[in-house]
Amino acid sequence: MQRAILDRLNGDRAAERAVALVTALDGGGQALVYAQGESAGDALPEAVADAARAALRADRSGQVEEGEGTWFVHVHNPRARMVIVGAVHITQALAGMAESAGYAVVVCDPRRAFADAARFPAIEVSTEWPDDALNRLGADHRTAVVTLTHDPKIDDPALEVAVRAPVFYIGALGSRRTHGKRLERLREKGFSDDELARIHAPIGLAIGARSPAEIAVSIMAEVTQVRRTPPAPGGSDSP
Amino acid sequence: MSPEQAAQEDILGTAARWRDEGREVALATVIATWGSSPRPVGSQLVADGEGRFEGSVSGGCIEGAVIEESRKVMASGAPSVLQFGVSDEQAWEVGLACGGTVRVLVERVE
Repeated sequence: MQRAILDRLNGDRAAERAVALVTALDGGGQALVYAQGESAGDALPEAVADAARAALRADRSGQVEEGEGTWFVHVHNPRARMVIVGAVHITQALAGMAESAGYAVVVCDPRRAFADAARFPAIEVSTEWPDDALNRLGADHRTAVVTLTHDPKIDDPALEVAVRAPVFYIGALGSRRTHGKRLERLREKGFSDDELARIHAPIGLAIGARSPAEIAVSIMAEVTQVRRTPPAPGGSDSP
Repeated sequence: MSPEQAAQEDILGTAARWRDEGREVALATVIATWGSSPRPVGSQLVADGEGRFEGSVSGGCIEGAVIEESRKVMASGAPSVLQFGVSDEQAWEVGLACGGTVRVLVERVE
């Protein structure tokens, strides 16, 4: 690997810029390919560059064969993001777990008493309204949205943005009854059944979780399952 | 992410740092897996000329052989592709206890 390629790759990673390192396995030539179309380094067949961009979108590294040659495409995407709405007790457990699992976590709660940075060491905490936060951050296919306040004034605006965004996971805390009322409210606002069916509720895998930390485990497990389980045929790529 | 985790994950940063210190450096990357394998495609290990290393390309089964190959690649400058499978037939062959197969690219950092 040329040092210039390594330095540029490390710069892209530090800037959280999506980039694929493409290596010719039968000669060692290397190039960096970016999502928007530009590339740097050695020349590549266009089909291989296209495959590298597809790999970036699918977030999947792997070998590419084209003509006589084989290339290895190494995807370096920025960390996936988890936006947690509600700086509550469960969030104190979940935020650290999600960071450990490789997510860039943003905790969002307009109630200043909850959104106290001292309660969330080393985690980004915002007092924006959650719809503003999601619009600012860009709710993309590598984002998970988790609502935990129980308060429709705060949770609903997040869900309204999330169900119409390409986020890979949406989960909302609350009993079946609470969720039933939530669905009624959102239907009245014009959200379709297909949009609302994207919300995982009650949130988390059913593991009998009781304490805040156990509920955080069940949520983290569900987010992981949705992200890592191969999609059904015809489904979208994993983030 | 804690600083410790960041250091474990930052194999490419370590590669650059070691080069800056004047060490010979090779990078090993898992480029394909079949069956059950302990580390996914894209997992990396960085080794220096003294045999020191960070990161992993398996659960510890093939690291020794990969580091050995790294020395050759550091000397020649030519990248190489290694493949490891189950080591059931020849007891002395390096292999994976889990029954999977992995292909590893080893390259010198110039």
